[in-house]
Amino acid sequence: MKRLPTVPPWRTLAADAAPELRQLQRRLFLKGSLGLGALSLLSGCSVTDAASVQKVLSGMSRWNDRVQALLFDPARLAPTYPESAVTRPFPFNAFYGEDEAPEVDGANYRLELAGLIADRRPWTLARLNELPQASQITRHVCVEGWSAIGKWGGVPFRAFLERIGADLSARYVGFKCADDYYTSIDMASALHPQTLLTLRFADAILPRSYGFPMKLRLPTKLGFKNPKHIMAIYVTNLYPGGYWEDQGYNWFSGL
Amino acid sequence: MSPSASRLARAPLVHPLAVRVTHWINALAVLVMVLSGWRIYNASPIFAFKFPAALTLGGWLGGALQWHFAAMWLLVGNGIVYLLYGVFSGHYRDDFLPVRLAALRRELGNALHGRLSHRLGVYNPVQRLAYLGVIALIALVVLSGLAIWKPVQFQALAALMGGFAGARVVHFAAMAALVLFVVGHVAMVLLVPSTFLPMLTGRAGKAEREEV
Repeated sequence: MKRLPTVPPWRTLAADAAPELRQLQRRLFLKGSLGLGALSLLSGCSVTDAASVQKVLSGMSRWNDRVQALLFDPARLAPTYPESAVTRPFPFNAFYGEDEAPEVDGANYRLELAGLIADRRPWTLARLNELPQASQITRHVCVEGWSAIGKWGGVPFRAFLERIGADLSARYVGFKCADDYYTSIDMASALHPQTLLTLRFADAILPRSYGFPMKLRLPTKLGFKNPKHIMAIYVTNLYPGGYWEDQGYNWFSGL
Repeated sequence: MSPSASRLARAPLVHPLAVRVTHWINALAVLVMVLSGWRIYNASPIFAFKFPAALTLGGWLGGALQWHFAAMWLLVGNGIVYLLYGVFSGHYRDDFLPVRLAALRRELGNALHGRLSHRLGVYNPVQRLAYLGVIALIALVVLSGLAIWKPVQFQALAALMGGFAGARVVHFAAMAALVLFVVGHVAMVLLVPSTFLPMLTGRAGKAEREEV
């Protein structure tokens, strides 16, 4: 199954409306599923209560985005580990089963670039592999609470952004993936020395389960901020959100 | 002034306003943190059990995280106000210190034999230890929480807790101890109900004043 989008998905109407739709779904879900604990806290617990509570919680999440941006030290490196510490097998995690992971055709793959980038010509895997490579053994921390150590190799993201002439003063870098996943990060985290455009896992070509052909690896952010199967990268000053972020996960999610 | 109000005004002050306000804000913050924390724990349990979903707060992992990371500001902000008040008002020096071992042993022995001494406004050795202990527990739960939230930015703190995974265990253990304290604390209020009103009004009821 090849799921190369014909039109960049961030330009389609459906994609534009998706976050709102998801938020609405989430709100309806929230209305129906507040636990006992919440019920005891909410006097009356009418729909408006749930909506206004959600407004406060979303506001606090945006406040936490700002606090985390201040706490983020662009020079502080995440701990690295010896090869012996690598978790085997490394867990698969996505919003679908492992056998449903997208199959991307590496030979015809073109990484699309958009937004505030000077040179927006698409990249083949061969050209990406010709760039200087780096590798790291770091801890992947999932929002669910589990963590695992893996070895990733690829192109330092800062070098790539400089190479393509990205506007490094822009606020966001966004990612569109072959599994319709999407997410975005702040520019400071994108430029962190350990942020890697990953092409390899455990010294082998990145397998389909872990995001072939390309995954962004940031040991300074939670796992869901590390998109897999990246098809397009764009630089923007407009908040791009994300698949989980639009449903309520904290956007910055720094470690 | 109504007769009841003037009686209240003459009653000795057991709990100053600052202690009462911070106590109830803390109670609310701890309740939200524990119930949302249980939901977060359920997403990836570290032990062979989950908390009943109906007892948790947030509806799903993302909702629970929103509650947890909102209420943490209430817990920490209120806690800092309380600590500053306790230090600068002399509340800790006058009411909690010192905790003497011999007195503690005697009081524990009495309590185990069903003799609970309780004078409103005076903290016995067991209470002193319990309240100092719960302050330390909340400090530990906050520090281990910081290590889980920011294991890269605060990596020295995380390392002190045994790394990210270790900090989760410390966070859980501190939560469990805190919940045990709350169970004991509420049980004591049920055993000696006259302690409840002073935490609301600040002053002892008529019967207790005559005892004092």
